[in-house]
Amino acid sequence: MPHHTVYEAKIEHLQILDEDGKLDKKLAKDTLSDDQVVYLYEQMRVCRELDEIAFKLQRSGRMGTYPQNKGQEANAVGSALAMVKGNDWVVPSYRENAALFMHGMPMHYVIQYWMGDERGSKFPEGVNITPLSVPIGTHMLHATGIAWAFKQRKEADRAVITYFGDGATSEGDFHNAMNFASVMQVPCVFYCQNNSWAISLPREQQMNSATVAQKALAYDMPTIQVDGNDIFAVYKATQDARKRAIEGGGPSFIEGVTYRLADHTTADDARRYRDEEELHAWLDKDPLIRTRKYMESVGVWDDKKQEDLENRAKTIVKEVVDAAISVPAPESSEFFDDMYAELPEDLKVQRDTMRTSSIGRNPSQIGLNAQAAEIQ
Amino acid sequence: MAQQTLVGAITSTLDQALERDPEVILLGEDIGTNGGVFRATEGLMAKHGEDRVVSTPLDESGIMGTAIGLAIAGMKAIPEIQFEGFLGPAYDQLVNHGGRMRTRTRGAVTVPMTVRVPVGGGIHAPELHSDSPEAIYTHSPGIKVVMPCTPYDAKGLLNSAIKDPDPVMFFEPKRVYRTFKEEVPEEYYEIPIGEAKTVLDGDDLTVVTWGAPVFQCLEAIDNLPEDVSVELIDLRSIYPFDMDTIAESVQRTGRCVIVHEAPLTCGLGAEIAARIMEECFLHLEAPVQRVTGFDTIMPYYKLENEYLPEAPRIVKGIKECLAY
Ligand SMILES: Cc1ncc(C[n+]2csc(CCOP(=O)(O)OP(=O)(O)O)c2C)c(N)n1
Ligand SMILES: [Mg+2]
Repeated sequence: MPHHTVYEAKIEHLQILDEDGKLDKKLAKDTLSDDQVVYLYEQMRVCRELDEIAFKLQRSGRMGTYPQNKGQEANAVGSALAMVKGNDWVVPSYRENAALFMHGMPMHYVIQYWMGDERGSKFPEGVNITPLSVPIGTHMLHATGIAWAFKQRKEADRAVITYFGDGATSEGDFHNAMNFASVMQVPCVFYCQNNSWAISLPREQQMNSATVAQKALAYDMPTIQVDGNDIFAVYKATQDARKRAIEGGGPSFIEGVTYRLADHTTADDARRYRDEEELHAWLDKDPLIRTRKYMESVGVWDDKKQEDLENRAKTIVKEVVDAAISVPAPESSEFFDDMYAELPEDLKVQRDTMRTSSIGRNPSQIGLNAQAAEIQ
Repeated sequence: MAQQTLVGAITSTLDQALERDPEVILLGEDIGTNGGVFRATEGLMAKHGEDRVVSTPLDESGIMGTAIGLAIAGMKAIPEIQFEGFLGPAYDQLVNHGGRMRTRTRGAVTVPMTVRVPVGGGIHAPELHSDSPEAIYTHSPGIKVVMPCTPYDAKGLLNSAIKDPDPVMFFEPKRVYRTFKEEVPEEYYEIPIGEAKTVLDGDDLTVVTWGAPVFQCLEAIDNLPEDVSVELIDLRSIYPFDMDTIAESVQRTGRCVIVHEAPLTCGLGAEIAARIMEECFLHLEAPVQRVTGFDTIMPYYKLENEYLPEAPRIVKGIKECLAY
């Protein structure tokens, strides 16, 4: 056979809950119970509230640049539920707040962080989350490494999930993480939130491939594209991937097709580059709308419950913002203390004097006269 | 002549370069339709076309590496890295290829590219958006490094960088992008790479700095007693830097304070201080004083002003050096 096919592949797309809130019962089997659906809906709604308040805080000058999650919440909650809190690790990007909350990150940390305070990344004991990743597409290697450790130590019931955007898949580190994970066969779930945009670059210009999911084929990884605004599909794909991971089946890839309903961040103005019509079409696919429709159709939700939830969300978020604001301001030298487990002497001097100058740092130095001492 | 901001001067200089030379090509993240996150390339894609002002995939190694290839093929590549914190993925391409190509091939293969990068703190940006890594690239042989801080200098140095036959890091102090306007001539002009500018003449002490801290130094000097006469040198070019101007000044004043945002240890101030020791030792009245960032991670914005060498800290440094 001098000329024959050596490899063939296809990419499947999974949707279980459609835009109108209609569920495919067969596919939904063994996925989410109605109680779980209500729980996830509540998580999404609270997260949406937080997002809106964070936006207002930024606009009123009380918070720095903030990236809204709006429209993508189903990816976060559906996948987070399929992972095991306090057992598995979450290696996030920055657009999956709800997943972090579900895995134990106190909500006010996220506000504190975006208010310019690194202590918002000092997660409590037992919260297995790495800090938000600022250099795009570089953190997935850490997920591969953590998963490798699980394999090495034969902690067979543990897995890792890492989140990243469509843009992130262009970075070399993305491919490095995928290749290592595949070669080492580690228990890792790669979750790409394909929200169609990377700041101003549409997905079609980010890559020439028809899907993001097919990138995993090169690493021989089980891969699937799901409707990322459908909590059922997201949950099922992640549940399958995690099961495979802990059973020794290696890493998996999930592309959640979703949409960024807000600007890239509060520093961005998407009207400069994005068609309003495209945005409007996606507003109807909002995961909150379809999940609510579904819950109403099966009789577990009504206007009264919605009103209660909205009030509750407001109260929760108000408390969260109050908690973030009431954190005492950091000491001016606070950024020294965690540079190393043990601060080098030189750095202690810099911290204790807040000086970097060669003369002023050492006033006893011969030649520095009384006038200078006074300047201290 | 037109009144322009620093970022405005960069935009119009790029515009003229695209106009003048069909081999000029701009590439970077979000530089097309969006005009770059700082709007430095605003309107350029619409005017010069998508194939000359190219919004690339999100891949700094790709941007730097292909810019090197474009340059090798004889084009004038002007890559933009969105923030200095994202030079990381591009480092290998820039330092291990860009800076070495000419000498490895003894001049047969060269890399005439200008890498534009917003740099420095003071704008309340997210983590990794406020660093000052100029010393890293100064320490990397084969690469030139400049950092203008006025609209006029930006145009002249950008023209020189684009014309230069070797890779030039063109650092743009983002804190100064829109703080003021000044007259920038319409016509083409160059400011040679390697020439410092004496901003203020003085006799008692020399302050050497570059980038945004030039303005903190001006503020500090304003706050000194009237009878203190300080000479202020804006280095503008970091590699090669203008040791002649520094030496002439320090030999006269006998005292020198170097100010930079980057960390103290192995910052450029260390190199300049060593050169002053070599060339001005017998003229010195005091040890060279450095007022810089700390040897820490540049803190997120709540504490960034504690880190940056702001005017009060510079005043202190100058007074101590004078009192020595
Ligand atoms: C290495 C690196 N390059 C550039 C940036 C600037 N930047 C921040 S977010 C972003 C786009 C990210 O797009 P995507 O991965 O699709 O994630 P999304 O923001 O859409 O969630 C860019 C270019 C960065 N933070 N890090
Ligand atoms: Mg995206």
